[in-house]
Formats: sequence, structure tokens, C-alpha cells
Amino acid sequence: MIATHLPVLQVAVPLIAAPVCVLLRRGNYAWAFTTVVCWGLLAIAALLLDQVMSGGTISYRLGGWVPPIGIEYRLDGVNAFVLLILAGTAALMMPYARETVEREVRPGRQHLFYAIFLLALTGLLGITATGDVFNIYVFLEISSLASYVLIAQGQRRRALTASYQYLIVGTIGASLILIGVGFLYAKTGTLNIADLAVRVPALGETPAVLAAFAFITVGVLIKLALFPFHVWLPNAYAYAPSMVSAFLAATATKVGAYMLLRFVFTVFGIHFAFETLPLTEILLALSLIAVLAGSLVAVFQTDLKRLLAFSSVGQIGYLGVGIGLASVTGVTGALVHVFNHALMKGGLFLAAGAIACRLGATDLSALHGLGRRMPFTMAAVVIGGLGLVGVPITAGFVSKWYLVQAAFEEGLWPVALFVLAGSLIALAYVGRVIEAAYFRAAPPDAEPVREAPWAMQLSTWAMIAGSIYFGLHTDLTVGIAERAAAALLGGAP
Amino acid sequence: MTEHLVLRVISKLLIPPILLFALYVQMHGDYGPGGGFQAGVIFAAGLVLYGLVFGTAAVRAVAPPRLLVVIACLGVLLYAGVGVASMIGGGAFLEYGALSADATHGNHVGIIIIEIGVGIAVAAVMTIIFSVLAEWR
Repeated sequence: MIATHLPVLQVAVPLIAAPVCVLLRRGNYAWAFTTVVCWGLLAIAALLLDQVMSGGTISYRLGGWVPPIGIEYRLDGVNAFVLLILAGTAALMMPYARETVEREVRPGRQHLFYAIFLLALTGLLGITATGDVFNIYVFLEISSLASYVLIAQGQRRRALTASYQYLIVGTIGASLILIGVGFLYAKTGTLNIADLAVRVPALGETPAVLAAFAFITVGVLIKLALFPFHVWLPNAYAYAPSMVSAFLAATATKVGAYMLLRFVFTVFGIHFAFETLPLTEILLALSLIAVLAGSLVAVFQTDLKRLLAFSSVGQIGYLGVGIGLASVTGVTGALVHVFNHALMKGGLFLAAGAIACRLGATDLSALHGLGRRMPFTMAAVVIGGLGLVGVPITAGFVSKWYLVQAAFEEGLWPVALFVLAGSLIALAYVGRVIEAAYFRAAPPDAEPVREAPWAMQLSTWAMIAGSIYFGLHTDLTVGIAERAAAALLGGAP
Repeated sequence: MTEHLVLRVISKLLIPPILLFALYVQMHGDYGPGGGFQAGVIFAAGLVLYGLVFGTAAVRAVAPPRLLVVIACLGVLLYAGVGVASMIGGGAFLEYGALSADATHGNHVGIIIIEIGVGIAVAAVMTIIFSVLAEWR
């Protein structure tokens, strides 16, 4: 019986767990409870993905109201896959959370930190699971408001301005999405995605649909942080608490990519977006600038967390390339990269947080000689970094392979060239980290540093090992992503 | 505001009807204009007026912040609890009809409990926001 309720439990369980965390009042109790909840969510997500893969699309009627009038949770291969990424990331980061939250968050606020974390997770899971565009907006606000609070918990005062900047930009993005949804609702009288997918293409190229498309696309690109809408991202990731940087880097922009896929392919339809309108050209141009500019700026950063943040700007460009190519191979590449980048960048930010926990700083100059002083953590940074470059046997290679292949299929060999150039620049910034940690000696007066606590290493290595495992065994990720991409491009969800 | 005798007397007269009106709006929510959110805001407005005239320490004495946090959480849990209860009753999440053998009766009970959850959560959160801003140093 419970199996039929899994889609709503995926979202309702963290929502219920958040106030319980507040009532628990103790950081440790809240941590233990959140850990149980997150692993439960991972189990739910895995069961859902299994149901979708074997039985096809699942529809859940919230409150028993029949869609398209009532709110529907609708799971297909695409969002079941993203749900697994979200829940998996949260679950893998929980061992890490305890150590870092005890160090970085004020004692009286630790239980509240977990409550807000669960709310952010609720919002992200909700955006992904729901089949209703207004519901997407509501969950977007839940996740965004929670993220602003989480980022503001950073230890340095600049966390406050970073959070405020994200608040302003994020609110503009969400408002644009809401305006676009309003246009769609005015024209079609429905908010249900499956229903919109039937009605919107029938309206053709009317001004209201064009306006809705423009508002929603720009709004989602702001949330996705694709160039030139990325300005909020580097500061937010650099100054947030370690746990938050890693969690948001692994999940928030991925949900943005999912929203873009859902709106462009399912609601507006591939014909409207890519043939009537020049979305391919726009997305490819912006994405390639993001890949080159983001990676180049990353090369010149002096702080590891900021370097990783700008690298994220570049990596988001790869998602845009895959989506912009609008072919099954391209979207497969984008979806696989969503998964792989979540593992790699999540692992890297966790490692950066582990370094910050022992050194108190993540300046590249502070990393001198760290290859000997914190060998395990630095090894994780190296492997994760090689993944960003796209070295074979890492997961990053798999996603780039599909992106390059997709570019060649379309005969756009310059795009493939740009993707490869992005990898070379990634080699430069990863090289700077390796140089600082392995080829520079520690200053003679440096204080002895211990290796990071085992719980932090456990989370870091779980993500990094995952990025190697899924570089070697691509059946799961590519298999699911290919089916999901084929379903998206086939039209009906 | 010890010198403003008129304000003190008038607000003492006004606050009880405001709180009462909040309860009226709360209970009328299911078949008239009103509901939990509006009721919660009106109730909090009574406490805010009390705080403005008699000082935030007085509000603290009536509604301690720790208690308000607990009430806010319980409000959310009450709402979500109805959703879970309707799943146990054999319906979908928040399908109130499943709360009772008679679907109409179930709908009635479900919406009243949910509105109470919303009402107490909103009243508590509004009061917390007021206290935090008023006591900002």
C-alpha cells in the first residue's frame, strides 16, 4: 500500500522532518534524525526510479483531486533520475555534516541548521517531483529561501552580502518564472504540465506564448546560473559553510537544468523552442562562453573554494551545450553530466571544506605542501579535479564523450573543439591546485596539520569513489539518461 | 509609552475584541470569508499592538519566544499530520474525505484541523518576526 504513496512521501517526509528538527533542540539529535530521514529519502528515490524504469510514468493525485484540476506528482525517467541524485547527495553528505556543522555553526543554532537544510531539500525534491508549473514556483521559493539562510550561516561576514546578492538575483529569476507561468495560465487555463504539453503547441506562435517562453527561459537560466546570469554563484558558493557549498553545488544548479529540460522539451515542445525560435544558437553561444570564461577565470583564483565555484560556472556551460544541441545524444550527455558533476563537484567542495576545517583557510598559498600533510584529502582533490578535466576512467570523461559525440552528430565540430578547449583550461586550474599542494614545500614555520576527521573523509571519498565507479560502469547512468532523453525528445512526458 | 493614557486605555479595550475576532475568522474559514492565515495574522496583530503600546517585554511574558517556536512547529505538523492521517485512512495525501466513513464529514473535519494548524503557525511566526525586529540592537 505504501508503494503507491512514494511520490508524495519523497517530498512530504523532509517537510515533516524539518519542524521535528526544530523541536529536538539539540544539534546532535537533529543530526541523527536528519541522517535517518535522508537515507530514507534515498531508499524512496531508488524505489521510485525502479518503479519508473519497470512500469513507466507514475502519477500521484494530491488530495485525491483528478488532474489536470488537482495537483499531480508525475514521475518519468528524467525526474526520477534527478530525485535519486538529490536524495543520494544529501544522504552521502550526512556523515560530513556533523563534523562541519559543529565547527562552523553557532551552538544554539545547529538544530535549526538541519531544519533549514531539510526545507531546502524539500524544495528541490518538490520542484523535481511535481507535475504542476505553479507548484514548481512554490517549491522553487521554498528551496531558494532556505538556501539564502543556509548561505548566510557562513563564518565570514561576506557570507551575508553573498546571500543577499543571491536573494536579489534569485527573487528576480523566480518572479520571471512566475510571470511566464501566469501567461501560460491565462492562455490555456491549466497549470498541469502534461495538459500544457498538449495545449501550448496548439496555440502556435502567439505573443503570449512567446512572452511566456522568454520569461520562463530567462528565469530558469538565472536559477541555473548560466553565463551571463552566473554572478551570484561564485560568492554564494565561496562564502557559504562547507556543507552548504557542497550540497548546493551538487544539487541546486542541477535542479535548474532539470527545470530547463522540463519547460523547453515538455511544455513548449522541441519544435517551438528549437525550430521556430533560435534556442539552439542562443544556448550554445552562452554555454560556450560560460565554458571558456568560467574556466579561464577559475585559473586566476587564489582561493580553492572560489576556484571550484568558477569551475562550476564552466561546468554548467557543458549542461547548456547538451541541452542546446537538442538531440538524444546531447540531452543524454547533459543528464549524465548532471549526475557526474554532482558527484565530482560535491566531492571537491567536501574536500575543500575538510581542508578549511584543519587549516582555517582555503587560499592556494595555504595549501603549500599539503600533499604530504593531508595526503588522503588532497588525493581526493586530485581525483575529483581530474574528473573535471575529463580524464578517461573518471566520470567527467563519460559526459564529455557524449557531448563531443553529439556535437559531431550535428556537424558542429567547432562546438566539440570548444568543449575540448574547456577541458584544457580545466587542466590549468586543477594543475594550479596540484602544484600548490605537491610541488611547493610547506613553509618551515607551518604548524603541524592532522588529516581531516574520518567522517568527513568518508563522505568526501564516497562521492569521489562514485565519480570513478560511474566513469568505469556507465550502464546505470547512461542507460537511464538515454531512456529519459529519448522520452523527452519523443514529445509526450 | 507610560504617558500616553489614551493609547493605553484604548488598546486595552481593543485587544480582546481583536483576539476574539481572530477566532471568529478562524472558525468561519470553511464556509465564509476567512481562514487560518487571516486569523493568524489578526491574532498576531493583537499581540503586536500589545507590544507597541506596553513594550516587547510584556509580549514576552504572555508569549515566550521558545513557546512560540514550538507552536509554529506544531502548526506545520498538524497540517502535515492530516495529510498522513488521510493516507492511513486509505486516501491520497491530504484527501480529507478519507478521514471519516462519510466523505463530506471527513472533508469538514480535515479542513478545520488544517486551518487551525495554519492559524497557530502563522500567529506564532508573525509574533516571532515582530519580536525579532522590535528587539534588534
